[in-house]
Amino acid sequence: MASTLSPALPTVPHPQHPAPNGDGVHSDAGLEDGRDRLPPLSREEVLRYSRHLILPDVGLEGQQRLKAARVLLIGAGGLGSPAALYLAAAGVGALGLVDFDVVDVTNLQRQVLHGTSDVGRPKLESAAKRIADINPHVHVERFETRLTSANALDIVRQFDVIVDGTDNFPTRYLVNDACVLAGRPNVYGSIFRFEGQASVFATPDGPCYRCLFREPPPPGLVPSCAEGGVLGVLPGLVGTIQATEAVKLILGIGETLIGRLLLVDALRMEFRTVTVRRDPACPACGTRELKALVDYEEFCGIRQAAAAASAESTLPEIAPRELAAKLARGDDFDLIDVREPYEYAVARIEGARLVPLATFREVLPTLNHSREIVVHCKSGIRSAHIVRLLQDAGFERVWNLAGGISRWTDDVDPEVPKY
Amino acid sequence: MYISGVPPATVTVLLFASYADAFGRPRVEVPLAARATVADLVTQLRDGHAADLPPRPLVAINQEYAAYDRVIEAGDEIALIPPVAGG
Repeated sequence: MASTLSPALPTVPHPQHPAPNGDGVHSDAGLEDGRDRLPPLSREEVLRYSRHLILPDVGLEGQQRLKAARVLLIGAGGLGSPAALYLAAAGVGALGLVDFDVVDVTNLQRQVLHGTSDVGRPKLESAAKRIADINPHVHVERFETRLTSANALDIVRQFDVIVDGTDNFPTRYLVNDACVLAGRPNVYGSIFRFEGQASVFATPDGPCYRCLFREPPPPGLVPSCAEGGVLGVLPGLVGTIQATEAVKLILGIGETLIGRLLLVDALRMEFRTVTVRRDPACPACGTRELKALVDYEEFCGIRQAAAAASAESTLPEIAPRELAAKLARGDDFDLIDVREPYEYAVARIEGARLVPLATFREVLPTLNHSREIVVHCKSGIRSAHIVRLLQDAGFERVWNLAGGISRWTDDVDPEVPKY
Repeated sequence: MYISGVPPATVTVLLFASYADAFGRPRVEVPLAARATVADLVTQLRDGHAADLPPRPLVAINQEYAAYDRVIEAGDEIALIPPVAGG
């Protein structure tokens, strides 16, 4: 009892919490470095990490383990931001960052690694600057590239723990498979509007992402943050959960989310965990028939969808400038906006009639076949569906506004806000 | 009140993220036949929602992964969990 209350630096290892993957999966990784080879802490580091050093489950040795650890963050966006900030502050020795994006002003609502003055700069630049300010002891390794089937294994193998903060299905499956093949734990997190998920995949005993989601959803079915929106605080919640799990894996303490999927509902503020297990038929971690990384765009049907879309590009279109000329001439036609009311409240084209996508079929019978109709949405994808629907219903003079209201702002009226 | 082993006429299914959007609500009541399995439930839910719900979504019963041949029992809390990719 006395020893746990003692403020003295605990230097004793915690045999009740063995390091993760002690069965040798990490044999080439820093996590299994012998204790005598753990890097020493400087006087400044001892002071900086004092609140860790007096924690019985971390202590001096734990802090040295953090210093020896190499964590790879894939994506320096919503999830990667809080994860990077906390892992850097916690004293993880090396942080690898994979991102090829440039900071956009729409990122700032949630991607707290980047600031207003960073807009237009590569994300890795602002990330490295911010991390160096938080903790100059952290070695940042930049991979300013898109993670691909060609480079993923090489990059993943250089690190002990992988934090998946990517934003699309092909890369999710790529990260998962690379982690399974390289034998690295995949600290998973993902977000959608007000909800999030987190888990730890690809460990020797637990399931992987494919065990849970064998088939990717058809392209376009699940909207991205750009299309569906996301509460700015949500990646803060989920990304810090990922950082917590990464730290626990490095220290070998507590119970990680291996074998559990955490579901976060920020709107109801409910956290549920669902126990999950390895699927013996999983091609990645079950049967292991997956021997190498594949083409994930194809696996997720993205390539096929793009080919189909280009085949359908015969859809009649009208350019924003042509539409502006029609409106200026006072041509007799109907302009229909198929976006949602909350989008209409942000930006609209004068004279457009709002008919949200979901209600279009009800309104269809009231439309006049003989009239000319121009349909628009935000970028031209939803309205393309409606133009096709109108064509199928026998309408002959229908046009899709090319590029939607976004391009209207670019080409015609800069006063209409972009969102 | 129900007889042990015989499922109730309806079960409550919790829906998350895109599935809740597809059904327009976070939970649905589904009438089930006696000895209905997870596969039966999914088939019923997909009727009218085949575009939004894949043939084999991740299903949990009482916060545990559920196999498709699992028989649903009275009082089971069923959850359908979609893949989510945002980051």
